[in-house]
Amino acid sequence: MNGPAAVIRPAWLRTTHWLNAVAVLLLVTSGWRIYNATGFLGLTIPPALTLGGWLGGALAWHFAAMWLLAGNGLLYLALNLVSGRLRRQFFPIPPRLVVRDLAAALRGRLSHADPRRYNSVQRLAYVFVMVDSIVLVLSGLVLWKSVQFPLLRTLVGGYEGARRVHFFAMAGLCGFIAVHVVMVALVPRTLLAMLRGR
Amino acid sequence: MRTTKPRTIVVPEDGAAMLADAIRRVEQPSRRVFLQRSLTLGGLGLLTGCTPDSEASIERALASVSRFNDRAQAFLFDPTRLAPTYPDSMITRPFPFNAYYGEDEVRVVDGDAWRLELSGLIADRKPWTLAALRALPQQSQVTRHICVEGWSAIGKWGGVPFSHFLRQVGADLGAKYVGFKCADDYFTSIDMATALHPQTLMALTYDGQTLPPRYGYPMKLRMPTKLGYKNPKHIQAIFVTNTYPGGYWEDQGYNWFGGS
Repeated sequence: MNGPAAVIRPAWLRTTHWLNAVAVLLLVTSGWRIYNATGFLGLTIPPALTLGGWLGGALAWHFAAMWLLAGNGLLYLALNLVSGRLRRQFFPIPPRLVVRDLAAALRGRLSHADPRRYNSVQRLAYVFVMVDSIVLVLSGLVLWKSVQFPLLRTLVGGYEGARRVHFFAMAGLCGFIAVHVVMVALVPRTLLAMLRGR
Repeated sequence: MRTTKPRTIVVPEDGAAMLADAIRRVEQPSRRVFLQRSLTLGGLGLLTGCTPDSEASIERALASVSRFNDRAQAFLFDPTRLAPTYPDSMITRPFPFNAYYGEDEVRVVDGDAWRLELSGLIADRKPWTLAALRALPQQSQVTRHICVEGWSAIGKWGGVPFSHFLRQVGADLGAKYVGFKCADDYFTSIDMATALHPQTLMALTYDGQTLPPRYGYPMKLRMPTKLGYKNPKHIQAIFVTNTYPGGYWEDQGYNWFGGS
């Protein structure tokens, strides 16, 4: 299976990717409205960017979309694992190559000739977002039910610790999304590949 | 959480009259309010051409997910798992005040005239005085109060274990719901499993002193396994039922189980 006409993004990957994107959009924007109820880190997120209209609405969206992220996210991870794609596409990530590829990218010289393979910066970024999403879900479980998940609660530093872990993991996710979207805009072929598979 | 008009102060003289009054005067916010509030993405909602019909069906979908979440939370609820407790030194001072009205409008209930009214699936529905409640076995806890807004505070409550009280009055422990009506027109309801949880307390004291009006005098139901809006203050009446009683915030769209 070589050449530009071959499917390089299987259907299950494209579907789970876009469902994750929808789930994340709903969770982040409703999450921002929930955060604004206390604004405990000193900043307020502009209400026009938030989903839900009021705290009750934001919570309703948040606790609906969480099922989509959890179910679809688990499916994505499971399929990647079982198909061997996780190991093939994302590992290894030698630090030396990350530095080299990042330097090349910043100079505009990172090649994207073969869209089937991820460079080392991509591998690191995508593994980061997988881990970060898991941190979001686990800290979210503690926020939702700190009494019923005592081990997780201890891991994230108690209920109050979970608030901060959840927020900063969200900030990391938003940082990833910003860079990801810019990168896709710079290499539009990748968007086509994620939409139609080739 | 001040999103509705505050009520006027009511000083009750008779518990039964208060109950009837509370049932009449309790505001039933229209579903339309939740409708208008439930879908907002800045102006994007308008741009996507969302009609009132599609907003209504989105609201219905979100509400049915919330009911699913009630069942999921009931499944996750472990009746023997205790909420964390803390030393007195970790009590949040001052403990925050929170209600759907301002602190200057806190109800001041006449404790001598107050009677806890009981109704529904309860064998002995005779009203209780404060003195009679204080004569029951008392327990104390230092636990974390978590608000749906996100903040938390550690407080110390003392009072009667609710499971002991429910057994004493011959409540039907197989019933689904326990409902509460409050002196400030607040109302809510909980699942029987949480009502019987060892840390669910009919709180009569706060930090070793008589529960003050701003924290719910004369009695509050303290549950460290539920969010703050599920912990009713200034309770006037308790009833046991198999008919879903709803709640002040729950009827406006907040999740009913509200478990922490």
